[in-house]
Amino acid sequence: MRRRPLAAAGLALAIALAAAWSLVPAAWQALTAVKPDAQITSVPAVWVPSPPTAEHVRALWERKPFARYLANSAGIALAATLLCLAAAAPAAAALCRMRPRARNRWLLGLLLVSLFPPILLLFPLYEGVRLLGLVNSPLALVLPYAAFGLPLAVWVLEAGFRELPKEVEEAATLDGLGPLGRLLRVQLPLAAPSVTAAALLTFIASWNEFLLALSFTTRDTSRTVTAGIASVSGASLYEVPWGQLSAAIVLSTLPVVLLVLVFERRISGGLTGGAVKG
Amino acid sequence: MSAGTLATRARRERVLLLTPVLVLLALVVAIPALRVVHLGFTRTELDDAVVSSWAGLATHARTFGDGRFLGALRNTALFTSLSVLLEVTLGTALALLLDRPSRGRGALRAVVLVPWALPTSVMALAWAWIFHDTFGMANDLLARLGLLGEPVAWLAQPATAMAALVVADAWKTTPFVALIVLAGLQGIPAEVLEAARVDGAGPFQRFRRITLPLLLPSLVVATLFRAIQSWGAFDIVYVMTGGGPGGSTETLALYAYQSWFRYLDFGYGAAIAVQGMLLALVLAAVVVRLASRREVE
Repeated sequence: MRRRPLAAAGLALAIALAAAWSLVPAAWQALTAVKPDAQITSVPAVWVPSPPTAEHVRALWERKPFARYLANSAGIALAATLLCLAAAAPAAAALCRMRPRARNRWLLGLLLVSLFPPILLLFPLYEGVRLLGLVNSPLALVLPYAAFGLPLAVWVLEAGFRELPKEVEEAATLDGLGPLGRLLRVQLPLAAPSVTAAALLTFIASWNEFLLALSFTTRDTSRTVTAGIASVSGASLYEVPWGQLSAAIVLSTLPVVLLVLVFERRISGGLTGGAVKG
Repeated sequence: MSAGTLATRARRERVLLLTPVLVLLALVVAIPALRVVHLGFTRTELDDAVVSSWAGLATHARTFGDGRFLGALRNTALFTSLSVLLEVTLGTALALLLDRPSRGRGALRAVVLVPWALPTSVMALAWAWIFHDTFGMANDLLARLGLLGEPVAWLAQPATAMAALVVADAWKTTPFVALIVLAGLQGIPAEVLEAARVDGAGPFQRFRRITLPLLLPSLVVATLFRAIQSWGAFDIVYVMTGGGPGGSTETLALYAYQSWFRYLDFGYGAAIAVQGMLLALVLAAVVVRLASRREVE
């Protein structure tokens, strides 16, 4: 098809704007993270640091157990993801064998659960955490994160299992595999893309969670990155060490940025598969 | 083996397979939800210890005379309507762009998804830095473009603080809307649009008369999801403005949180959270109702 040059230029401009809108705020942060203090507080702003400095990262590392925050976040998000998949996969296997009406009722119920605002559950969960002596324990975050991930994980896995040919499952049954054997040996391996999508969505949501992490941890060494960063700032917005904060922001977001850039297809597929097919 | 026992076995199998999900959701969602409703009917008094007693509707009734609650309600409604409006508009535009074949579309798709995946609380801090009154990027860019004479203290004035929150929220959640709308766009048969083109409909007319009506279900889904999440917004407000200046950006979620953890008024915090949830349900019903009426027309 022949393109008018004006339309092509408009399209290029729109693409540039969309990319800039998505990237510039993050880039500004990354630049601040390696900018010497004198350039951070210069008006008009110095955009590109010269020379770039690792001072803020070093100061952050000395002042805060930042590596510990990262390790806590990774451990908790990973455990929550595994627990979530371990619960969601059997449920998805059961749902995809149900009659459509019963199945849709279940899926709709899960959708409603996913719309529940976490703030509503915060205080009762806090009471439970206190009662069980789980303040500062990773378990206090792993269980809720796994539960919050369930609706989307079940949606994504169920859609993946349902796409598998019926004959495969029948053959597995004839070979004497029970429901668990079918799940582990047949359904999960064959629906690997859906499993990846569900795992990524749960991991990212758990890594990013803030409200419970803020409320259920009091010890600095038990904090996840999101709660830990809130404690990096000074007493007020006006004595904030912006260089260190930017370094913290970059370090804590880098893992998810990489996941998105590598797995964009899987993540988008999982997100929209859940919301649109229903 | 008879058909009857097979069916029973299948049913028992299904129950077993669903048990882990049900247990987790009961522990983390159902029981706490019942508990917060119960808590809303209690009165909390601070004596030597925190004492709770049954109060019937008295705790709920307190919201009516509470100016701070009404202010939080107004802020929540304003934040939700402005951010959802902006996100759905930008998200639709972005989806239309991503739907067009262009060089580097794959890379663009990945790039525009990045904001969605970043932690809201952390990026709220980043936006507070962007909207910093003296050294922030927003003032610098606007001054360079000649749009701003004097630097603006964005987070220090009620209207600009709310605007800053809306922009930050839109940045983070527009990709989600775009993905939903893009999936909807890709479900529109190309032949329909081609037929309209042959019939002489211009690009604007095609969008208005064909694309938009066919997109309506996707737009409703996106609006519904976003409105409900936005209504419960906590992270972004807590970090960026703390509800300030002077309570002008305090949302219901923030007020409930403060009631629980700062004022130790557990019953009242629960009443705020529950009333907020009920209002969100009404809001969702209105969106669905409006959409279904449009569809019937």
